Amino acid sequence: MAVTGALASDAARAEKSPHRGAYSGGLWSWITTVDHKRIGIMYALSAFFFFLVGGLEALLIRIQLAGPNGTVIDADLYNQLFTMHGTTMVFLAIMPLSAAFFNFIVPLQIGARDVAFPRLNALSFWVFFLGALFLNASFLFGGAPDAGWFGYANLTSSQYSPGIRIDFWVIGLLVLGVSSIAAALNFIVTIINLRCPGMTPMRMPLFTWMTLVTSFLLVMAFPAITVGLVLLMFDRMFGTLFFNPAAGGDVLLWQHLFWIFGHPEVYILLLPALGAVSEIVPVFSRKPLFGYPFVVYSGVLIAFLGFGVWAHHMFSVGLGPIANTVFSAATMLIAIPTGVKIFNWIATMWGGSLRFRTPMLFAIGFIAMFIIGGLSGIMHSSAASDLQQTDTYFVVAHIHYVLFGGVIFALFAALYYWIPKITGRLLHEGLGKIHFWVMLIAFNLTFFPQHFLGLHGMPRRTFTYQEGLGFEAMNLMSTVGSLLLGASTLIFLWNFIRSIRKGEPAGTDPWEAATLEWSISSPPPHYNFRSLPEVHSRDPLWAVDTSDSVPGDDPARPEPHMPSPSYYPVVLALGIVGLAAGGLTQALPVVFLGVAVMLFGIYGWAFEPLER
Amino acid sequence: MRMRHAAARLAAAAALLVSGCGGPFPQSALDPASDFAWKLQDLFQGIFIWAVVVFVVVEAALLVAIFRFRERRGGPATRVVHGNTLLEISWTLAPALVLMMIAVPTIRTIWEVDRPPVREAIVVEVTGHQWWWEVRYPDLGIFTANELHVPVGETVDVRLTSADVIHSFWLPRLGGKRDALPGHETRLWFTVDSAGTYLGQCAEFCGLSHALMKMRLVAEEPQAFEQWVAGQLEDAVVPDTGLAFTGSQTFVQTGCMACHRVAGTPAQGVLGPDLTHIGSRQTIAAGVLENSPSDMARWLADPQAVKPGAKMVIPELTDEQIEALSAYLDGLR
Amino acid sequence: MSQSTAATAEHYTSTGLPSRKILMWTFIGSECMLFGSLLITYLVYKGKSVVGPYPEELLNIPFITVTTFVLLMSSLMMVLALAAVQRGDMKWGKVWLLMTALLGIVFLSGQIYEFSHFVHEGLTLKTNLFGGSFFLLTGTHGAHVTVGVIWLLSLFGMATRGRLTQADAETVEIAGLYWHFVDVVWIVLFTVIYLLV
Repeated sequence: MAVTGALASDAARAEKSPHRGAYSGGLWSWITTVDHKRIGIMYALSAFFFFLVGGLEALLIRIQLAGPNGTVIDADLYNQLFTMHGTTMVFLAIMPLSAAFFNFIVPLQIGARDVAFPRLNALSFWVFFLGALFLNASFLFGGAPDAGWFGYANLTSSQYSPGIRIDFWVIGLLVLGVSSIAAALNFIVTIINLRCPGMTPMRMPLFTWMTLVTSFLLVMAFPAITVGLVLLMFDRMFGTLFFNPAAGGDVLLWQHLFWIFGHPEVYILLLPALGAVSEIVPVFSRKPLFGYPFVVYSGVLIAFLGFGVWAHHMFSVGLGPIANTVFSAATMLIAIPTGVKIFNWIATMWGGSLRFRTPMLFAIGFIAMFIIGGLSGIMHSSAASDLQQTDTYFVVAHIHYVLFGGVIFALFAALYYWIPKITGRLLHEGLGKIHFWVMLIAFNLTFFPQHFLGLHGMPRRTFTYQEGLGFEAMNLMSTVGSLLLGASTLIFLWNFIRSIRKGEPAGTDPWEAATLEWSISSPPPHYNFRSLPEVHSRDPLWAVDTSDSVPGDDPARPEPHMPSPSYYPVVLALGIVGLAAGGLTQALPVVFLGVAVMLFGIYGWAFEPLER
Repeated sequence: MRMRHAAARLAAAAALLVSGCGGPFPQSALDPASDFAWKLQDLFQGIFIWAVVVFVVVEAALLVAIFRFRERRGGPATRVVHGNTLLEISWTLAPALVLMMIAVPTIRTIWEVDRPPVREAIVVEVTGHQWWWEVRYPDLGIFTANELHVPVGETVDVRLTSADVIHSFWLPRLGGKRDALPGHETRLWFTVDSAGTYLGQCAEFCGLSHALMKMRLVAEEPQAFEQWVAGQLEDAVVPDTGLAFTGSQTFVQTGCMACHRVAGTPAQGVLGPDLTHIGSRQTIAAGVLENSPSDMARWLADPQAVKPGAKMVIPELTDEQIEALSAYLDGLR
Repeated sequence: MSQSTAATAEHYTSTGLPSRKILMWTFIGSECMLFGSLLITYLVYKGKSVVGPYPEELLNIPFITVTTFVLLMSSLMMVLALAAVQRGDMKWGKVWLLMTALLGIVFLSGQIYEFSHFVHEGLTLKTNLFGGSFFLLTGTHGAHVTVGVIWLLSLFGMATRGRLTQADAETVEIAGLYWHFVDVVWIVLFTVIYLLV
C-alpha cells in the first residue's frame, strides 16, 4: 500500500490535475472504498506484486535448470515452485491485472459513474487479496502446494500428498473462485445495464465487449472447477472416494472437470488482452478498428468454442479415436476467429498513420508473438501429432507464447496506455521503448528454444535432467533469457516509480483516443461524469460520424451523489478467509469464528444505508 | 522409407540449425524409429510446413503495415475505413482451407494409430509405480523392470496401468505417449524399425521424483531377442561361494526379500522391481544410474540421495554389506 | 438524457430492468453449471460403487414424492406472496412468505429424516461412490434450500417490523426467482436420482 500512498500524495501535488487528491485519504479510506477506480488500483498493485512473485519463482526454476543435474534447489522445492508459478500467474497475476482494467476502465468506457454493485466489487477485491495471501502463506506452513497448477487426481489424494499443502491449494482456489464469480457477475450487470444513453451493444468499445465475454466465461466455467475442488476436498477431509480408483473412483473425472474450467480459463486470460489490443491499435493507427462487428463476434465465438474443446488437454489418456477426432476438429475451428482478429488488426494498421509509442509497440509485439503461439497451438490441436508434444517443453513454449508473448505483452500495452489516465502522469517513452525491446528479445531467447527442447524429448515439470540428452545448451539459453526478462520488468518498475514522482502530467487525452474514458480528467474525479454522456457512434471523441454529446466537467453543476464507503465488504472477506483457515486446520472454533464474522458482515451489509 | 528417413534427417538438421546448438539428441521425437513414430512425424512435418507458410505470410503482412504506414509529416490523411465484408469472408475462408489441409491428415492419423494391431503382437504389460516401471510379458512369463526388450520388426502391444498415481509411458523415438492410469488399462503399439537402445521417461507429473522415472527399450534382432527371453526365463543362479554368496545372505537378512523377487530363491516380494536378472539390465534405479557395482553401492548407501522420495526402505548398511550385495546383484544376470 | 439531473441519472439503466434482477438471473446461470457438474458426477458414478448399499435398496420414492410435492407447493406460496406484496397487501404477503418458508422447512426436515435413515442403513459419505455423490448432490441442494428459508424468514421478519412494503416488491421478486430456481433444480434431481434409479 506504500506505493498507493505515494501515488495519492503525488497526485495531490500534481499542478495541472484539475482533481487534486483524487486518491487522497488514509489507509482506512482505501480499505473501505467502494470506488471502482480505487479498487482497480488495488487490484493492479496486488496483481503486479504477485506477477513479481511468480516471476521470481520462474527465475528459481530456470536457474535450477541452467545446467544438467542442477542442485540449486531440490526436487521438493522445485515442485512447489512450478506449482505456485502456474497458480500465481494464472489466478493472482493475469486475472487480477485484467480485473484491474475491468474495474478502472470499463465504467469509464461505458459512461457510468461506478459499477452496478460497488460493495460487491470491494468484496471481490478483498476476497481475492486475502485469498492470495492465504495461498502464499503455505510457504510458511510446511510448504506450498506441489502437485501442479492442474492438481491431477489422484496425486492430490491424502495417500500421495499427505499434509496440508494440497489443502492450501484446494481451499485457496475455492476462495479465489468466490472472488472471480462475484466480480464477473458485477461486470456483466454493469455492462448490460449501466451503459450511458446511446451506447448500444455495437457501439461498445472492444475492451468492454471482451470484458463482458470474459465475465460470462467466468460465471459459466468456475462452477466446474468448484465442483472438482469440492470433490477433492471431501476426499481429503471427509474420506469420500471420488478419486479413489480402488473404490471405483475415476481419476479422469477430475481431468474433465478441471479442463471444462481450464480451457475457458485460457480465454478468460486471453480475451481481455485481445480487447485491449483492439483499443490500442486503432488509436495509434489514427483509424477506426477495421471490421468492428467481426472482431466482436469472433471474440464471442472463441468463447463459445472454448467450452467445447477441453479434452484436447487429454489426448494422451486414450479417449479413443472418435473423441480425439471431435476435439481435434473443434480445437482447429478456434483458429478461424482468432485469425479473423489478427487480420482485422493488421487491416486497421493498413492505410493508417502509425505512431510507435510504447503502447503501440507492445500491441504490435503482442500480435507478432501471439501468431507464433497460435500456430504452435494448431500443432497441439492435432491429436495424433500432439501425442509427441503434450507434456513436453513444447507445450511450455506454446503457453508462454500465448500467455506471455500474448497476454503479458498486451497487458503491458494496456498499462502504458491507461496508466496516464489512472495516475494522471505519462510514463517515460525512452524507458518504455528500452523495456519493450529488451523484453521482446529476452522473451524469445527464453521461450523459443523450449520448442526444440520439447521436440527433442524433454518432458515438462522435471526438476532436473541428465547430461547426454542434448538439453544443456538450449536450457542455458533459456535461463539467460529469463534473467534478462526479469531485468526488463525492473525497467518498467523504474519507469512507473519515476512517472509517479516526476512524470509529465498526462492531460485529459494524451493519445488523442476515441473512447469515453479520455473525455474526463486524468485521474478522473471520483464521480467520473458530472453529467452522463450520450453517444451516437463507436468513437465518440473522434466524432467522425455524428456529433456526440460528451459534456466536460462543468463545475457549475452539482456533484453527483456517490455510494458511501463501507467496511462490510472487508469484514465479509475476512470471514470467508477465516472460514477457509478453519477448514484448513479443521479447527471448529476457527470455523465458527469465520462464520460468525461472515454473518455479521452479511447482516451489516444488508441493512447499511447506501448513500451518504 | 529411405525418402522418409532423408526427410526426417533434413527436418532434424533444420531444427538443429534453428535451435542453434546442442545435440546429439538420443531421446528426440524428431528421430523416429518405429511405424507409430513415423506416422506422427509425417503428420507433424506437414503441419509444421503449413505453420511456417502462415507464419511468413502473416508476419510479413504485419511488417509491411509497420513500415509502409508509419506516420509521416505532411503525409496523406488516413482514410476512414470501417471494414470490408469481402475481405472478412476471404480471411475467414483462407484459414479454414489451411485447417482442412491439416485436419484431413490429422484425422486419418488419429484412426490409424488408434487401430489395434491386426497381426500377432508381443504383449507387454507395463505398470507405473512412483518412480519406476514394472514390466511383464504375460505370454512369455517374463518379469522385469524399467527396460523393455523387443525384437525388431515385430509389433509390440503395450498395455498400461498404474499402481499408484498417473504416469505416462513415453519413448519419443518410438512414438507418442500414453498415460498409465490407475483403474484403467490403456494401450499403444508400435513396430521398431532398427536395432538399438531407445530412451524414454515418464511424461506425466507423478510426484517428487517424476524427473527421475526413466525407461529404455532395447530392440534386438529376433535371434538376440530369443536369447534374451531364454535368459530371463531361467531362475537366478544363486552363488554358493565368495562375496556374492555373502551378498545373497545379506539380501535375506536385511529384508530386501520382503519387497523384491529373485526367482529360484525364497525372495518372492512383489512391491519392488523383480531382481531375478538385474545384472543383465543396462541401468538401475529406473534409468538414473549405470548398472555398475560402484553405482549400485551408491544407490544402496542412500537411495534418497539418488532419487528423492524413493519408496525403497533400506536399513543402514555397512560398507561390507553394500559391497556384498552389489556383488550378488551384479551376478544375477 | 445528458441534460438529466444527477438524481434521475442515478436510476437510469440501459435495459430499463433493475440491476439486481439481472444479477440474480446471471447468478442462476452460474448455479446451473454448478448443479450440472454435480449431477454429471452423480451420473458418472452411478452403478460404479463396489460395495453396497446401492440406490435401489435405499431410495424411498413415495416418501420423496411427498416432500417434492411440498416443495412444489412452496413455489405456489411464493407466487402468492409476491402477488400480495405487489398489490400492497402486506398482511397476506406476510402469511404467504411464512408459508413458503415453512414448506421449505418441511422439505428440509424430510431430507434430514432421509439422510439419517440412510446413515442408519449404513450409507455414509465414506461408504461408496453412491454415498459420496448422493449426499454431496442432494446436500448442496439442501444447503440452497436452507439459504432460501433464511432469506424468506428475514423478509418475513422485515415485513412484521414494517420494513418491507409494496415499494420493496422487487426484493421479494428476486428472492422468489431464487426460490423457484431451487425448486426447479429439485425437480431435475428428483427425476434423475429417484425416478431414473
